[in-house]
Amino acid sequence: MFPNAFKYEAPTSIDEAIRLMDEYGYDGKVLAGGQSLLPMMKLRIAAPAVIIDINNLDELKGWSEVNGKLRIGAVTRQSELEHATELRDQFPLLSRTARWVADPLIRNLGTVVGSLVHADPASDWGTAMIALNAMVEAKGTNGNRLIPIDEFFVDTFATSLEENELAVALHLPIPTSLVAARYMKLKRKAGDFAIAGLAVQVAVDDEGRVSEAGIGICACGPIPLRAVKAEEALIGQRLTVKTIEEVSKLVPEDADPADDLRGSTVYKKDLLRVFAARALREIAEELHGKVEVQ
Amino acid sequence: MALQQNELRPMGKSIARKEDPRFIRGKGRYVDDVILPNMLYMSILRSPYAHARIRRIDTSAALAAPGVKLVLTGEDLAKMNLAWMPTLNGDQQMVLAVGKVLFQYQEIAAVIAETRAQAEDALQLIEVDYESLPVVVDPFEALEPDAPILREDREKKSNHIWHWESGDREETENVFREATVVVKQDVRFQRVHPSPLEPCGCVADHNAATGRLTFYITSQAPHVHRTVIAMLSGIPEHQIRVISPDIGGGFGNKVGVYPGYVCAVVASLKLGVPVKWIETRTENIASTSFARDFHMTAEIAAREDGKVLALRVKTIGDHGAFDAAANPTKFPAGLFNIVTGSYDFKTAFVEVDGVYTNKAPGGVAYRCSFRVTEASYLIERTMDILAQRLKMDPAELRFLNFIRKDQFPYHSPTGWVYDSGDYEKTLKLALERIGYDELRKEQAEKRARGELMGIGISTFTEIVGAGPKNTFDILGIKMFDSAQIRVHPTGKVIARLGVRHQGQGHETTFAQIIAEELGLSADDVLIEEGDTDTAPYGLGTYASRSTPAAGTAAALCGRRIREKARKIAAHLLEVGEDDVIWDGTVFSAKGFSGKSVTMKDVAFAAYTNLPEGMEPGLEATYYYDPPNLTFPHGAYIAVVDIDKGTGAVKVRRFMAVDDCGNVINPMIVEGQIHGGLTEGFAIAFMQDIPYDANGNCLAPNWMDYLVPTSLDTPPWETDRTVTPSPHHPIGAKGVGESPNVGSPAAFVNAVVDALSPLGVEHIDMPIFPWKVWNILREHGINE
Repeated sequence: MFPNAFKYEAPTSIDEAIRLMDEYGYDGKVLAGGQSLLPMMKLRIAAPAVIIDINNLDELKGWSEVNGKLRIGAVTRQSELEHATELRDQFPLLSRTARWVADPLIRNLGTVVGSLVHADPASDWGTAMIALNAMVEAKGTNGNRLIPIDEFFVDTFATSLEENELAVALHLPIPTSLVAARYMKLKRKAGDFAIAGLAVQVAVDDEGRVSEAGIGICACGPIPLRAVKAEEALIGQRLTVKTIEEVSKLVPEDADPADDLRGSTVYKKDLLRVFAARALREIAEELHGKVEVQ
Repeated sequence: MALQQNELRPMGKSIARKEDPRFIRGKGRYVDDVILPNMLYMSILRSPYAHARIRRIDTSAALAAPGVKLVLTGEDLAKMNLAWMPTLNGDQQMVLAVGKVLFQYQEIAAVIAETRAQAEDALQLIEVDYESLPVVVDPFEALEPDAPILREDREKKSNHIWHWESGDREETENVFREATVVVKQDVRFQRVHPSPLEPCGCVADHNAATGRLTFYITSQAPHVHRTVIAMLSGIPEHQIRVISPDIGGGFGNKVGVYPGYVCAVVASLKLGVPVKWIETRTENIASTSFARDFHMTAEIAAREDGKVLALRVKTIGDHGAFDAAANPTKFPAGLFNIVTGSYDFKTAFVEVDGVYTNKAPGGVAYRCSFRVTEASYLIERTMDILAQRLKMDPAELRFLNFIRKDQFPYHSPTGWVYDSGDYEKTLKLALERIGYDELRKEQAEKRARGELMGIGISTFTEIVGAGPKNTFDILGIKMFDSAQIRVHPTGKVIARLGVRHQGQGHETTFAQIIAEELGLSADDVLIEEGDTDTAPYGLGTYASRSTPAAGTAAALCGRRIREKARKIAAHLLEVGEDDVIWDGTVFSAKGFSGKSVTMKDVAFAAYTNLPEGMEPGLEATYYYDPPNLTFPHGAYIAVVDIDKGTGAVKVRRFMAVDDCGNVINPMIVEGQIHGGLTEGFAIAFMQDIPYDANGNCLAPNWMDYLVPTSLDTPPWETDRTVTPSPHHPIGAKGVGESPNVGSPAAFVNAVVDALSPLGVEHIDMPIFPWKVWNILREHGINE
């Protein structure tokens, strides 16, 4: 309910924000949407000495196309991406994931980049970004770098960002062919974290064969995971009933869930299989008619 | 559509709730809105361990922290003889730990500071040296001979608290011995929590100059709390004013007395300024009274044709570290022996044993008339198992065994006298409204295709309105209730009652009752509850007792007013009292059409133009001692579909037909039913407070103790039959708890029905998707 006392900084430029992060080091914590940080501070699970609020930084708001990628600024709200109709054809996974994340109030303030930096293993956004092969743009005192999402998550609540590096944006590859995506999630109640979840994006070529496949796994390991074997097995295939069945069985092989109140290891693995089959079936149905997929 | 409140004869009409404008506009006044000059804030340090010896507590750093005025420990309270307090169930409970702690989140010390943040900061500076002790979380293990004794304060060196039994053991055993059909099932009603939106809290304001304690508290029973505080603190009762302001939900959570209240009073006494204490969400869930946690075994003896003969029930009640239930004193397991339910058992025997474990204390009635929810769930679940064994339709089995309409007043084998009921009619209506025969056809078709659909029935009987004074008391105080009505000269009314609403709509329904009796509109009547300085003594609002007890007091008090009004009317009409006719809105003179006076005219005359020798004024008080309880009932039907891939259950439809006697405000009744069904749904599918082997509470917040939102909740369909209570002056029975009592069995019966082709007879709540998935995969059912 009542956080420990903290100092509040509100930088007016990215450079100032990074200078403050450098100055305070471990004691500083960046505030974006605050939808994970503030509850943790209220419960005194987190007690940063300094809050560095980046919400005033206009350069971090909104999105644009940069070098063939969609660049999404770090304080872009989840709800903005959820409702951006212009992104739906090329990035269907954004709105499809958003509606599974917490509730509208949280999505109105929460940011996608903030969710990634928080690095919760049950992050729906982390899972979706795996499927989208996203990159995180980090800026520090030594300049910018792009971190592939597979190198970004290190462990539960830990990323490869340096202490004085600010995640300023997210880069999503712009698809060059037809894509379809699904987000599947089972939860105990509305707004809850996933028991297990799965993000799937598939791109198909003119012949209806899978040219790119991204499958992210939610809440089944220390970090959001990638279903590598299933992705590989999809490449070059048409989405036939047989392929879908075989591929979905591969998804749990890359998962590492734990037994907890939400369910057992075997249960969560089986959910991933069920979700993969459902997601791929729906994707096949959606693409059917647009190209020959089966 | 709700009507305006200015209609005459408002009884039975859906008029708009008078309390809503202030709640909707954010103008309610809750305990946390009470801000007094010089007020300090209290926070409580709680134990991280479930069972540990306390070697030492060092509060010196906390005392030296900024803003801190006082730190209290169990030792400080012991000097005042307040380290322990009595519970409403005849046990005693530590206020602040002395010597050892018995559950995680137990109260260790209280810090009082200028701001809440300072108090929270200082808590972190208190050093406690614990020596951990073996933890007992399982009540069956607690009863083992070599189990560690948890309660060293008791003379009895055992974790067994009490044994209670009801019915006829010998006769029941005889019937079982000769019965051709016997079904037996272990059924757990898991530990849940009332979890109101507003947690508990108080502001204690002791004025050293006047010697008066004003105590603002989230209380469902302010008068009882005043008496308890007087007994505990030694402050004379007339010097205590308990004010229970607007309450954000109670559901039984705000009946008990909690350690924080005692600490706040002590702090205010010591410091001479007001002290506020408001729980966090975790404190509310993890330390204040939980509900249920009953381990039950039921056996039914029956004939081959399905006619039930006898019921035998054995139960272990897990009360946690202290028996902090709030049952009527003679009923340690509440009214659990209502477990024969709606069925005509010839004999029954019920026994319950209370047990201590290293868990949070309690056992309160969560939207339930003292363990009737456990009883109702058990019998409705077991009846379905009997139907399954005999390959009978569960509706047919119920019709065969219902207590018939002509058997009322019905004497149950455990000693209750059911006032009235028509179970057949209620179930028939529910079956018809939901289209039962078509649903069974659909189910058969789906089964043939391998799809899993279930239909679950629960035909429960409630027992509410405690209660007759010879049977029911709390710490010796008889469970009557009261109303006081004052009619002002302009015909406007203020009425005060001994109960305290927490969302039930008393400000509207009681205004309707009184307006009906006085020929006024609900708008003319202001209802006030919760201030012990102004309201007549009453036992409070829980166990659906407000309408049966205080509602009756209000009606009879209104009639008492009318008796005097009739005399004044006779004077105004210039006729003899016997010639005055009351038609519900006016007094008129027999034979003189057109000559009439209203209650308003009479009220004015009561202060201005009285008959010779009559005492001025128009007011009355009524204390009502109910001759019996009331027995509302209902028939609920749930329809579910099961996802074979994930095990998730979707409640497709839910039909609730309630019979709560005469209805005062149908809209409010429907709202009550929606709320209770939502709670029952949550209990059936989401809610549990598990503990790990070390006694760590695994659901101490709303992230893990799941409260459903509108997105989770299925659509509710409601209807009603009306079987008035013969002994209640307005024929009403009470309804607030029926949906929580009756619905869990309907949900579970529906899920079990869906899985019954696999031979499944029972699944314990909450029915999480993984439980269903386990069953499906065990039986080779897959997507």
